[in-house]
Amino acid sequence: MSERPVLEVNDLTVTFKTKYGSAAAVSGVSFALAKGEKLGLVGESGSGKSVTSKSILRLLPSPPAQICGSIKLDGEELLTKSEQEMCHCRGNRISMIFQEPMVSLNPLYTIGNQLGEVVRLHKKVSRAEADKQVIEMLRTVGIPSPETRLKQYPFELSGGMRQRAMIAMALLCDPEVLIADEPTTALDVTIQAQILDLLKELNRKMGTSIILITHDLGVIASMVDTVAVMYCGHIVEKAPVRQLFHDPLHPYTRGLLNSIPKVGHTEGDLQTIEGAVPSIYDLPAGCAFSNRCSECGRICKEKEPPTLQLEDGRVVKCWKYTPQWGEEGADHE
Amino acid sequence: MAKYLAKRLAQSLIAILGITVVVFVILHLTGDPVELMVSPTTSKEQMDILRQEMGYNDPLPQQYLRFLKGAVVGNFGTSYYYNEPAMRVVLERVPATLELAVAALAIAVVLGIPAGVISAVKRNSLSDGVIRVLALLGQCLPAFWLGIMLIMVFSVNLGWLPTGGNSEGWRSLIMPAFTLGLFSAATICRLLRSNMIEVLGKEYIDVARAKGLRGSVVVMKHAFKNAFSSILTMLGMQFASLLGGSVITETVFAWPGIGRLVIQSIQSSDFAVVECIVFLLAVVFVVINFVVDVLYSVINPRVRLQ
Amino acid sequence: MKALWRSLKQSKTGMIGLAIVLVVVICAIFAYQLAPCDPLQQDLMNKLHDPAWTATGTPEHLLGTDQLGRDVLSRLLVGARITLLVALAGTVVGGVVGVVLGCLAGYYGGWVDAVLMRLVDIQLCFPFTLLALFIAAVLGGSLGNVILIAGITSWVRYARLVRGEILSIKESEYIEAIRAEGGSDARIIFRHILPNVISSVIVIATLEMAKIVLMEASLSFLGYGVPITIPTWGRMLSEARANMVSNPWQCILPGLCITLTVLGVNLLGDWLRDYLDPKLDV
Repeated sequence: MSERPVLEVNDLTVTFKTKYGSAAAVSGVSFALAKGEKLGLVGESGSGKSVTSKSILRLLPSPPAQICGSIKLDGEELLTKSEQEMCHCRGNRISMIFQEPMVSLNPLYTIGNQLGEVVRLHKKVSRAEADKQVIEMLRTVGIPSPETRLKQYPFELSGGMRQRAMIAMALLCDPEVLIADEPTTALDVTIQAQILDLLKELNRKMGTSIILITHDLGVIASMVDTVAVMYCGHIVEKAPVRQLFHDPLHPYTRGLLNSIPKVGHTEGDLQTIEGAVPSIYDLPAGCAFSNRCSECGRICKEKEPPTLQLEDGRVVKCWKYTPQWGEEGADHE
Repeated sequence: MAKYLAKRLAQSLIAILGITVVVFVILHLTGDPVELMVSPTTSKEQMDILRQEMGYNDPLPQQYLRFLKGAVVGNFGTSYYYNEPAMRVVLERVPATLELAVAALAIAVVLGIPAGVISAVKRNSLSDGVIRVLALLGQCLPAFWLGIMLIMVFSVNLGWLPTGGNSEGWRSLIMPAFTLGLFSAATICRLLRSNMIEVLGKEYIDVARAKGLRGSVVVMKHAFKNAFSSILTMLGMQFASLLGGSVITETVFAWPGIGRLVIQSIQSSDFAVVECIVFLLAVVFVVINFVVDVLYSVINPRVRLQ
Repeated sequence: MKALWRSLKQSKTGMIGLAIVLVVVICAIFAYQLAPCDPLQQDLMNKLHDPAWTATGTPEHLLGTDQLGRDVLSRLLVGARITLLVALAGTVVGGVVGVVLGCLAGYYGGWVDAVLMRLVDIQLCFPFTLLALFIAAVLGGSLGNVILIAGITSWVRYARLVRGEILSIKESEYIEAIRAEGGSDARIIFRHILPNVISSVIVIATLEMAKIVLMEASLSFLGYGVPITIPTWGRMLSEARANMVSNPWQCILPGLCITLTVLGVNLLGDWLRDYLDPKLDV
């Protein structure tokens, strides 16, 4: 049974033209999000995760960014929509929550005003009705005494509460997709767990599909169904979460998993991936990871690897899993 | 908030006192008012008698207290030039200067604010470039030259507007108001532009866009209010400097206001009038600063609620 | 230095500013060599001529003559001297006083700081045209007094900036380390704090310089600048006003000089600020 995915991204490429040159922040990214699915987008800073999510909402300023490819919401192509049509989608059919709750709310307007704004905009209801819905949603996300919060200003709420308010704001119009860009990175560890639990519960209750963007593998492990690993703008591996952690295929994924300190192992140094992430203006020829990969072969330095669809639904972008790997000493330096 | 404002009020009063001391001291140390008041044929003895009678021989602190007592009730002595109480002479001309300053502020705001917003929103485009050049020029043009050039073009060559005075209603007002207001417009535009650019880069603007708000709403509702609150202080200062800059504009356009009166009185050493004007202006400036403080605390909820 | 020059070359507006300022400087320094006539020499037979490119102009007086028959070009050149002199000297005076007072206020704090900041606040309340006019009227017009006035009106900005920077650096750990090693107050201020502040001071200096040029011109226009015998652009403009109708060029030229000079200094100052300290709040 294949129900149409609620979000389909195909071969998305985002190029930036700056005074330093032209660079692809995102290259050939493809994934599909089913209804109710939770997808994790993992990668270091600069891997292109935020650019991907902002492109879905078309929040990138159009020069200098150039977007090619296809993004379909429920079968409708988003990249060809007019700005007015996109405004209709944002906050309504696709919502986003951002990383820093401390600066994500306008300091000069009340919570009620900012949250009510999104309801009044998309559902065209009266102020009183909007306030009612806001109070209800604030209660759902676990903010105590929601009636008093309406008249409060952002600086009167703690970081955790602000993030809950942001989540409430994103879900007020019952969107099909929620993009959460590092929602817990700026929060205390204890609050992090609460926010993640909240997201899981809302996903269960409301059936909202979630794209969770983070650099923290620990968050991914407990939260999502599928994981896509990004490096230098490419998706290098995509797999259901259990399989990714048990059997990582791409050398970069392996490196990431190895570098997580394990409880109980007290001897030996912490493992790292050698080298540093290259600048997108200066990528190595061939595979972007080739200059740091411990299993790098000759062909890796020459040609960019193809994206392989494996039988179990997994995706990997690495020469090792291609038929060419064993031939002609491609695997030797 | 009340505590903050009370503190500012106290500081304002001290400031006013301070200014009066400085003015008083300078005036009385550098000139002999009696000498300037009488004709050259007056004998020295007569001058001495006059000096004694007018209290100029008393010790300075005593003279200052007398001045202060008079100032509080609005009595600055008599203008020897106009032969009327100094206060009355000054008050007669206040409306003209106020009219000019208010008109200039209006022009500055009407020109400067939209220019600043457009320039920031369309950053690095052609309109931004043009606006920035015009704003820079606005800050480089000397007001007296601008006034003269405007008179040359619109009065002398085109004959549309009068060359001076304030007898023809809005037609007399428009050139002096524009001359006075252009520098302020340029300053407002530049500051608003840089504030808006900073605000537009903030995360809550991205969030507002992500909610589906249209661009114009994002700019006006979310960005502008934040950028504007930091300009408010500056607007108050602009009004104060418009009052000060009116000296030149009133001279060029023969506008019968306080600016011209200041020049005339300084030239004729009419101390009473000069003291009166300086005192009044000091009070006005300090009051403007205080009002701006109040407005700022009203707009900024953080200050208001503490 | 090389990086400075390279950055300047990249900035179109900075280069324009530099070009204008250089032209003014050269005119000022070589005014008497470049001037075709004696700027003070009156020639009442030839008064109120228009510039050479108009119908009634003569090539002898490229930019015409004023109401006393004096050559306008020569007067403009010599006027550049006063402008430059007042601008530079006034900036130096204001800068030195402001920086010193700001240092004292910031470093010693306490009542020194309180008094000085009250003074700054009070002076900032007062629009500086009026202040300059008032002081000029009281002290009388002379070159020295105009420079003094320029200094008095501009010191506040330096003081506020320097005090702010010192307050923020004062408590930093590396200053404590120096003090622990026995560094004296003066040493700390001069060797360690000031160099950090210099670039901001320079930016303020260029922008204040532009204001001083405008202020000097305004004072001259109102009749309160340097003595009448010395030609200044502001004075030339006020004298030309009476003949506005018959000789418009007399009004246009001095004002153009003032505007261009201020523009040049501002452009240079803007580039300098972008290069040295883009976050500077002037």
